[in-house]
Amino acid sequence: MSILVNKDTKVIVQGFTGKEGSFHAEQCIDYGTQIVGGVTPNKGGQTHLGKPVFNTVAEAVKTTGATVSMIFVPPAFVGDAVMEAAEAGIELAVIITEGAPVKDMQMAKAHATKHGMKTLGPNCPGIITAEECKIGIMPGMIFKKGNVGLISKSGTLTYEGTNQVVQAGYGITTAVGIGGDPIIGLSYNQLLPMFEADPDTECIVMIGEIGGDLEIQAAKLIKEQITKPVVAFIAGQTAPKGKTMGHAGAIVSGSAGTAAEKMAALEAVGVKVVVSPAEIGKAVKEILG
Amino acid sequence: MNIHEYQAKQIFAKYGVPTPKGIMVESVKDAVIAAQELGGPVWVVKAQIHAGGRGLGGGVKLAKSIEEVETLANEILGMTLVTHQTDAAGKLVQKLYIEDGADIKDEFYLSVVLDRKLEMPLIMASTEGGMNIEDVAENTPEKIITIPVDPAIGFQGFHGRELAFGLGITDKAEQKKIISFAQKLFKLYMELDAEMIEINPLVRTGSGDFLALDGKMGFDNSALGRQPEIAAMRDFTEEDPDEVEAAKYGLSYVALDGEIGCMVNGAGLAMGTMDTINYMGGTPANFLDVGGSANAETVAKGFEIILKNPKVKAIFVNIFGGIVRCDRIANGIIEATKIIDVNVPVIVRLDGTNAPEASEILKKANIDNLIVASDLGDGAAKAVAAAKGV
Repeated sequence: MSILVNKDTKVIVQGFTGKEGSFHAEQCIDYGTQIVGGVTPNKGGQTHLGKPVFNTVAEAVKTTGATVSMIFVPPAFVGDAVMEAAEAGIELAVIITEGAPVKDMQMAKAHATKHGMKTLGPNCPGIITAEECKIGIMPGMIFKKGNVGLISKSGTLTYEGTNQVVQAGYGITTAVGIGGDPIIGLSYNQLLPMFEADPDTECIVMIGEIGGDLEIQAAKLIKEQITKPVVAFIAGQTAPKGKTMGHAGAIVSGSAGTAAEKMAALEAVGVKVVVSPAEIGKAVKEILG
Repeated sequence: MNIHEYQAKQIFAKYGVPTPKGIMVESVKDAVIAAQELGGPVWVVKAQIHAGGRGLGGGVKLAKSIEEVETLANEILGMTLVTHQTDAAGKLVQKLYIEDGADIKDEFYLSVVLDRKLEMPLIMASTEGGMNIEDVAENTPEKIITIPVDPAIGFQGFHGRELAFGLGITDKAEQKKIISFAQKLFKLYMELDAEMIEINPLVRTGSGDFLALDGKMGFDNSALGRQPEIAAMRDFTEEDPDEVEAAKYGLSYVALDGEIGCMVNGAGLAMGTMDTINYMGGTPANFLDVGGSANAETVAKGFEIILKNPKVKAIFVNIFGGIVRCDRIANGIIEATKIIDVNVPVIVRLDGTNAPEASEILKKANIDNLIVASDLGDGAAKAVAAAKGV
């Protein structure tokens, strides 16, 4: 078992024939992901990487039965692409593109919600169910199958966290990169209950960052709904105030959203909080034995 | 991206948001000419820097004669202003805004920001204008009204009425004016991809008009491509030169106070690396994210920027390659050592995509000062030890 995606998930790629889209779609196909086609306007009817290309998402969904779209279109077109996917009946849009305007994401996410489509990202590494289905840009070879679920705002900390888990002798059910932009799709509070319900997940690693209050909200939810053990790391304990650290979300303003605040909130609800990502593996081992 | 008050007011004027008349100048001579042109009888001389709290820092002063404008311009131009929003070194004042004095009856606060939880813009207003709004929020939160505006429906009449009644504005003519003010402000917020607009104070004059006495604006960097007029307003002299230089090469750099230079891929891992160094008893000298398209040139540039800081005693390169290929980083390190004198120990941890190839490349190059680390914890420990000269 896993959450959201597995070996049977049918995936299309928006921005299929572009440089990024092609490179990563091919990697996903090699990993075993069922990429059933892609969308690039005016290239409908062609074949790319051995898969059919469509002009519209609606056409692609109708022909292939895809339920997930992996989005690689340039930043200025992300909003449009997400709304198109929502209206075409896609169930989950995984938005990899970095640098989408915040205004566009507000509109697109509201529209997705209206049509019952889940979104992940933007500016995220994607989602991977180990040894079954990779939808994104992560290095697939590090994700060994196991019983740990992972949620991370940061892409490279998704890899670091996974590596820690694997080096400690365990593996991953599903790992999800949620992105650190001001407007994001699925977050801790939607994903934690999914891992809680997944029989194969026995421990959850949650990696957060300074800025915003998603981790504080997560602490509330963990207290009320999560019975499985959670290990957490919050990046940015040493970050100065008022400076943006790469992600738009990674900024501390005033007292809101500091690492110390988030760590305390999580610790208070029984989460095993580590002070360095290098300690994640050890913490998981202590829990799973 | 942030802009100056005078630029924000140019934008306000374009959208019909009322502001006092003013002129931006860069010399005392021009300040006098501007004052003459505005006519008086009262002027405000305002330092233009990208930070709040200018008034308290002595950067905003009232003048009652042209001579006084001259004296104040002399005093403020070239001064280094330290406020609660600058760092301890402060900011050099290079521009002034000479503005007509206003007949102030009341001071209000008005802003438009993105509410991340609601995922839509939020209008915030308060009768406690002219004060530090964080203090108002802390001490008298009931005095702040918040009105979310769904961009799908835009600014409606009811939003305006909530604002006017919320601020206790009862005169019908005044209600109409404040509603129109907020409506125009919201329109420009949306059209220009603003991230934040803050007017503190927004004043009601003796004649019942509303004027933006101050104006602070920040924009969504991701939208600057489609906002060329806004992008052109960027003032690089307000930014850290090293950060600007780094950005040209796709590097995201922020200087810190410590001794261990960091070069990492990804913002999260970069912060996690800083945290680990701190945890191991060392101090990070910087945040540096090499981004997803790192190559030999960008890595070399990263070394150059890190080594400009004389406090740096060791460099920790921590890469977990996803899109970034470790072999490219390894070549970058070798290139860097050829171009610049890397005179401190360099601890390298390369994991993920093409890590074995990278390891081979580094081994063959046989560079002095280079210490290979097996993982994050090992790398941080070695970097801390190297910085201490152990």
